[in-house]
Amino acid sequence: MLNIIQQILDKTAALAQSAEVFMFTSEETPIVFEANRLKSLQSKESRSISLRVFKNGRIGFASSNKPEDIDFLVKSAIETAEFGAKANFQLPSQTNFSVVEVYDSNTEKVSLDEMVNLGNGMVSALTEYTPDILCEASISRNTLSIDIANSSGLEAAYKKSGFAVSVEGTVIHGSDMLFVGEGESSCHPVLDTTRVLDSVRLQLDRARNQAKINSGKFPVIFTPDGLASAFISPLMAAFNGKVVLEGASPMGNKLGQQVFDSKFSLYDEPTIAFQPGSRPFDDEGVASEKLALVEHGIPKNFYYDLKTGALAGKKSTGHGGRAGGLPSPSPTTIIIKEGNTSVEEMLSDIKEGLYIEALMGATQGNVLGGDFSGNVLLGYKIEHGKITGRVKDTMVFGNVYQLLKDIEAIGNDAKWVGARLMAPAIYCPSISVASK
Amino acid sequence: MPNIEDIAKELASKLKEHKADYIEAHLEDSVSSYITYRGKVLESIGKSASVGGNIRALVNGGWGFVSFNSLENIDERIELAVQEARIAGKGSSHLAKIPVVVDTASIGSKQNPGNIPLAHKKELLDSYNALIWKTPRLKTSNIGYGDAYKTSIFLNSEGSFIRQERSDVTLGMAAIASDGNQVQQANMSLGSPGDFTAMENLEGAVREMAAKAVGLLAAPQAKGGEYTVVLDPVLAGVFVHEAFGHLSEADFVYENDSMRELMVLGKKFGPPELNIIDGAAVPDLRGSFNYDDEGTPATKTHLIKEGVLVGRLHSRETAEKMGEKPTGNARAVNYRHPPIVRMTNTYIEQGETTFDEMISSIKEGVYARNWYGGTTSMEMFTFSAGEAFMIRDGKIAELVRPVVLTGNVFETLQNIDAIGDDLAMNQGGGCGKSGQSPLPVSNGSPHIRILKCLVGGK
Repeated sequence: MLNIIQQILDKTAALAQSAEVFMFTSEETPIVFEANRLKSLQSKESRSISLRVFKNGRIGFASSNKPEDIDFLVKSAIETAEFGAKANFQLPSQTNFSVVEVYDSNTEKVSLDEMVNLGNGMVSALTEYTPDILCEASISRNTLSIDIANSSGLEAAYKKSGFAVSVEGTVIHGSDMLFVGEGESSCHPVLDTTRVLDSVRLQLDRARNQAKINSGKFPVIFTPDGLASAFISPLMAAFNGKVVLEGASPMGNKLGQQVFDSKFSLYDEPTIAFQPGSRPFDDEGVASEKLALVEHGIPKNFYYDLKTGALAGKKSTGHGGRAGGLPSPSPTTIIIKEGNTSVEEMLSDIKEGLYIEALMGATQGNVLGGDFSGNVLLGYKIEHGKITGRVKDTMVFGNVYQLLKDIEAIGNDAKWVGARLMAPAIYCPSISVASK
Repeated sequence: MPNIEDIAKELASKLKEHKADYIEAHLEDSVSSYITYRGKVLESIGKSASVGGNIRALVNGGWGFVSFNSLENIDERIELAVQEARIAGKGSSHLAKIPVVVDTASIGSKQNPGNIPLAHKKELLDSYNALIWKTPRLKTSNIGYGDAYKTSIFLNSEGSFIRQERSDVTLGMAAIASDGNQVQQANMSLGSPGDFTAMENLEGAVREMAAKAVGLLAAPQAKGGEYTVVLDPVLAGVFVHEAFGHLSEADFVYENDSMRELMVLGKKFGPPELNIIDGAAVPDLRGSFNYDDEGTPATKTHLIKEGVLVGRLHSRETAEKMGEKPTGNARAVNYRHPPIVRMTNTYIEQGETTFDEMISSIKEGVYARNWYGGTTSMEMFTFSAGEAFMIRDGKIAELVRPVVLTGNVFETLQNIDAIGDDLAMNQGGGCGKSGQSPLPVSNGSPHIRILKCLVGGK
């Protein structure tokens, strides 16, 4: 395959001033359980080759998954360059990158039988705990290879392994539905599902009774999953260098100012060993580094790719990400720094309030402005320091920037939410709640 | 280079040679292009080509699925899919009977957006972007255009061999305004099953969108609470898709006794004026096709007739297990995924109430139009309006910030108390389910009125 990259660069040399080839190959083996039973085994191979060219000062782009069809790639990239955006940057030429460990050969060796057993184990543990639960589970392993080369002399590659387990349970009584779930992923095999199962069992316990909250303003604890469902997409938009450059980010002119509560710090960290979001370099061949977005409540940096960085007069922060097309600024692994308050301490401080695990629809509104309005998909009533039951038919309404300006406490036990967010619980003193 | 037509011919006999209850193959060859703008300038333009396929096998009720880009070593891939199915299968296989079909469904050259020069597409988008930027106080804008043309071949071990061409064009635009302290945006999105001319002559709508974004800066937030809500056809279409359509997908129901009870045919779901339909056989929409991805002919299915649940959406497996007829709703977003039960074109049938009649009796309510998005958990749904007005004393009153509406599906359908006489279809959406997104669908409705709907707000 490396041979193909060289052939494409050679072929493009006479037609364009600069060129870059990015190649992605992956193999994935998901095992799917539905309605408490093993339903399917799958294997998925995929690959794609992208070509970015600079011709007459403009950027052209094409991608294909037919490696033998070099002519299509070159012709289409040159054709689109006639209309493309201005090429305002140089392709990087770095060739040595610090090691970021993202490949464990043991992951590929986990057998199908072991994966089936993991799934069966999760399903039987949960059906024993709650006999009328219906579980969907997935156990998946994958490997991914990235190869990148360009006409400035960059030639780099890495290989990544991944393993993920997840389980979602549904409990239906009449028209009342409860959805619970948890997952874990790593570049290592995830062979111990205790943490996942404990988390689901705790959700089932807490949701056993129903409780009612009136409309009004109440203190709310957002769990790490609850934060993920409402706070992360507006923040990631606001710190995107492209949004800043366009003047559409509420953080655009706030670098160095005390915008958030001083307890709040936010990082993008692509270098944590064996995390699925980690990598030695980004999808343009720029080295990965930990980036402080907010420290002690003060916005410090925005994240950039090469093109946006050049437009803004900044360097790329190594956040060029691709989703099939041209690179654009993309976060990798988001870390919200943990605080020093236990969830028990937060609970004991609340006379009446909400404990939110998941909001539905909170990222549908005016995301850029930070306003959100979400239906409590999974959340509990807090009464006199205790969780008393699940609330339903309840909406909460807030603004991410206002809520993070005045944080009562931050949890001391941050956890992974999916593969790309590590967050603690956050205790907000007052949020609008509307309920039926 | 092997092409999918040759591979398909070779496969036709091979699929029958393996020991499985059922085997099918999908092969796809597609070309797509896209153009995006951020702010005043074109941001990216590109073309891509893709070829690939999959083999899906069923043994003793368990499925094996193998997807690939390389068309070589197909024999090994069939063997692997059968092996996987054998490991997964612990019971018996159930697939509803469908006719064996050998057919070709072609589309006219007018329906292939690949035939239109990139220069022409860019010229049109340039003109829209220039129009957006004529509006003062605009902070930035986004435009995303995409088109795709795909040839797909489906064949199975029962002898079906279906070659279909499909194409799809989508255009999304957003205008974002700011007054320094806050940011507001207005969006529009549209699509067509391949006809580029549907993207033309939008000047009026584009101007209106940009003006709307600026107008929202001065609009107050609606006070949260329960209101009588009137939805325009676009938002009502999203409502029917989210709140009811997903619930009609039989894969959520067929192996779940509680859901089967809840969704039992004959149950009353809404007022007698309510009729809900889904069907790929409704022609010329983004969710239209001749055969689904299991080779089942497209149908038009009544889900609710006169307020009563009368049907649901099926794959061959869910239909057989529920003893109902297959409806041609097994779809995959592409060859990397197995087909699952999906919607096609979903809509509320036209009623008789005029818009004026609908709002005239409302003392205080919300008129919600257009959409940002929507999602459902089956029981509960939320959907977001792109714009909203208060209704006061039977008249449309002040503009308010876009609202999020939420509710319990079962109660809300019962609370629909008026259905308009102005059905319109929205082609701008894409549907996501089980990691397969965005699938081309359309949805629609006339204006509808819903009592006691929960609106998020301060």
